[in-house]
Amino acid sequence: MESVGNIILYFVIAVSIIVFSVLTVTTRKILRSATYLLFTLFATAALYFQMDYPFLGAVQIAVYAGGIVVLFVFAILLTQQPGKDQQQMQSTRRALALTATLLGVALTAYCLFSYANFAGKIVPQAAEFDIQTIGRFLLSTDKLGYLLPFEAISILLLACIIGGVVIARKR
Amino acid sequence: MNLTLLMYLVPSLIMFGCGVYGFLTRKNMIAIMISLELMLNAVDINFVVFNRFLFPGQLEGMFFTLFAIALAAAETALALAIIINVFRIAKKVDINEINKLKF
Repeated sequence: MESVGNIILYFVIAVSIIVFSVLTVTTRKILRSATYLLFTLFATAALYFQMDYPFLGAVQIAVYAGGIVVLFVFAILLTQQPGKDQQQMQSTRRALALTATLLGVALTAYCLFSYANFAGKIVPQAAEFDIQTIGRFLLSTDKLGYLLPFEAISILLLACIIGGVVIARKR
Repeated sequence: MNLTLLMYLVPSLIMFGCGVYGFLTRKNMIAIMISLELMLNAVDINFVVFNRFLFPGQLEGMFFTLFAIALAAAETALALAIIINVFRIAKKVDINEINKLKF
């Protein structure tokens, strides 16, 4: 049995995720789309906090909300005239895309609901992971260590920096 | 009333559907990137939810999400650099109007 506050928190988060993701793809102004994306990412971070992954929620806010959305806003302001509406695709193509999406979502939802006993699992008692455990996992070389992906990510970020400099350089 | 696995998967499913719809209908390249972020985010939620509900004593899903966030950040940064460069050369960002490989 969950506490009432937790359930109310869950419903607030779920409704805001659904509403803001629909608004992200349906609004005509692209800057508003980026803002709604920011709200969706915040709601996702709240979901991580609610599921007892505070480190992940902090990373989500720092990287997504602090980094990626700012990057999006910069790119939008550099490439768009402000206040201009987006032109839309022809309505037949939009209807086709909507049909395809709804079919896919319906199929997945059917699969989810047909595994009711699996999907009806309730949230187990959380094992507390403090930040030291996460740090040891990230830098350990044992069976469950993540040193190799960690180093691969660092090389990827280095390649990304160099690629960004090369692409953005003035010719 | 209990919070079940299904209740966490449904918002993520709807978020992914929104991402697919936006990816198929948007014309602006930046808007397409925004839809892509939605899809990546939905997958991240799934990783964390399955980790929490099926293997609460382990951290595999959390680390997958951590690395996926790093990958998404790198990918977005590079893609936006490419889009701004395309805009500088071709003066437009609509995918229907960019139909030459070389200007």
